[in-house]
Amino acid sequence: MSSVLALKPGWVSRLPVVKQVKQSVGWQRGMLITGLAIIGLFILTAIFAPLVAPYGYSQLLDKNGYFDHAAPPGGAHLLGTTVGGYDVLSRVIWGSQTALLVIIIAVTLSIFAGVLLGLISGYFGGWFDRILVVIADAVYAFPSLLLAIVMSIVISGGQSSLIGGLLSASISITVVFIPQYFRVVRAETVRMKAEAFVESAKVIGASNRRVMFRHVLRNSTRTLPLILTLNASEAIMTLAALGFLGFGIEPTSAAEWGYDLNKSIADVAAGIWWTAVFPGVAIVLVVLGVTLVGESMNDLADPRLRTRHRALSSGAATGEVDKLEEDL
Amino acid sequence: MMTTTSISETPAETGEPDQKARATRSGGGFARYVAVRLVLIIPTVFILVSMVFILMRLIGDPITAALGGKLPPDQLQERIHAAGYDRPIIVQYLEYLGQVLTGNFGSTISTNKPVSEVILTYGAATLELVVYSLVVAFIVGVPLGMLAAYLRDKWPDAVLRVTAILFYATPIFFAGLLLKLIFAVWLNILPVNGRASIGASIELGNVSSPTNIYLIDAFRTGNSEVIGDVLLHAVLPGIALGLLTAGIFLRLIRLNVIGTLGQDYVDAARSRGVKELRLVRKHAYKPALVPIITVIGLQIALLLGGAVLTETVFEWRGLGYALVEFLKARDFVAVQGIVTLLAVIVAVTNFVVDIVAAIIDPRVRY
Repeated sequence: MSSVLALKPGWVSRLPVVKQVKQSVGWQRGMLITGLAIIGLFILTAIFAPLVAPYGYSQLLDKNGYFDHAAPPGGAHLLGTTVGGYDVLSRVIWGSQTALLVIIIAVTLSIFAGVLLGLISGYFGGWFDRILVVIADAVYAFPSLLLAIVMSIVISGGQSSLIGGLLSASISITVVFIPQYFRVVRAETVRMKAEAFVESAKVIGASNRRVMFRHVLRNSTRTLPLILTLNASEAIMTLAALGFLGFGIEPTSAAEWGYDLNKSIADVAAGIWWTAVFPGVAIVLVVLGVTLVGESMNDLADPRLRTRHRALSSGAATGEVDKLEEDL
Repeated sequence: MMTTTSISETPAETGEPDQKARATRSGGGFARYVAVRLVLIIPTVFILVSMVFILMRLIGDPITAALGGKLPPDQLQERIHAAGYDRPIIVQYLEYLGQVLTGNFGSTISTNKPVSEVILTYGAATLELVVYSLVVAFIVGVPLGMLAAYLRDKWPDAVLRVTAILFYATPIFFAGLLLKLIFAVWLNILPVNGRASIGASIELGNVSSPTNIYLIDAFRTGNSEVIGDVLLHAVLPGIALGLLTAGIFLRLIRLNVIGTLGQDYVDAARSRGVKELRLVRKHAYKPALVPIITVIGLQIALLLGGAVLTETVFEWRGLGYALVEFLKARDFVAVQGIVTLLAVIVAVTNFVVDIVAAIIDPRVRY
């Protein structure tokens, strides 16, 4: 019990990014702050899309009549219009909302399912555990994009409304992610199960459920924030890839960057660059932001990486040992 | 010797602790290691194959999925019966397992060709693309990774690391579209899409028993124009698919070269007055290459997924392109065959990579 309480504040203070920012030095801090700024901008854009976007995502006309088709950037349409007559800027802005929703749903679902399965599997062991491990390994080996495509067809028949599209994209991504959480949590659970404080909790008569959720789970989730950042970027990529291959959300239901890129394949050959470049840049920016934060957090939080740096600096001939030491 | 291998980022994952213990106790012979790995791959492949079957059947029977609404119900029933989709699902499943074992996946519904033939034709194109992308990844990733390690913590290193992250953050299809826009449309120096221009395709069609790997076929025509044409068509798709892997290679080589630079034998060489650049090129480089082999294995799944996207951008008629076409036609017999094959390729590649890694670095064997 007491060890759990003692660990708890450490676990909580690890979550806020403030600690990492303080811990970081030099250009690593620059990377972290840049990443955070991009993510902040992304989330704000997504929340305030209705206010920021000049037009609706499926709007084709305003009081001056229909929008021009494939109009180059400038004038009333800052980033131009698509061949279908949508405003590119508006669709890029609204697209952030779709992306954020899918990230949230996919990551939440996969954490819940993955953590629960990993916990139960690692805690109870036995044949159930073995079967789950083999299945998780198999799913992990499956090319993730193919799995997502097949899943999205199973769930929604390939194309769908906003809610259906969001859910099918999210669940398809979830299925790909569950094994990752499962593996990590299971490994930690197996390790924790042998710890003295778990034994003593059992001895004083705590139920399995109480031991699992109070004692084991809280100590098994250290690495989850790192996987979470990695998965967030992968979720965007998968969503965009699904949209790009034509298994995404219809343009009248929501704006989705991958779908817009799919429509722009033909445009590019005709020299219409703005329908491809802007949604693409949006994807790159968000993935970049999340990756920068994830990389920095990984470097800062992983004690193995820290010792590795120390070991390296002893052999370094670059004379920057002091800076590295400071880094630690 | 390879005993100086450095930090490998890929912990060996067997998942079965008791198996490890047993192997260690018996001294961990190589044959035993191969046998254990081989036994472990069977359930993986079996589950993958079963998963594909179950998922595809959740959609319904393939005939209704492909032709439902296009044919009157009685004709539909007739075709379902003729194809055997009205039998119990367990019978169909066992038949499917048999098909997988014999490599015969039935015939496509939309084009009525044997799926195995489709796979052979398109698979060659995908193989060619994946090889090109690996070449790009090596040419770009390995030297830049060495450079980053050599100039560690100086500004070129920082620039290279950010470049690697950018490579990773750019979706393959967006990279492809950008490359196409810049080099094929604006500069107009490379072809927009396809695997060869019409003239070259005709000449390639005249090759007797074509491999469908265009570069090999082009060399067999002996026509230098055809060879050039095929190579020009390969540049943009190869780069689009290769850059992601190049970024991963860059980071890995950098990390490993830095690791080996700290080894005793490198220190010894350094104290003898060997120049730093030579240290990187001659001493630290080779051991750092070993983990690349493991990573290629892990990359195969990613590369095959990426190939689907690249082929769609460049109309490269490979397995991915075919897969998307069949998905759009709702031809799930073909989809099932292609997805099964790709899953098996990934599982087998991982097995081969494990074995190769064990040959190179005996420590992997436990």
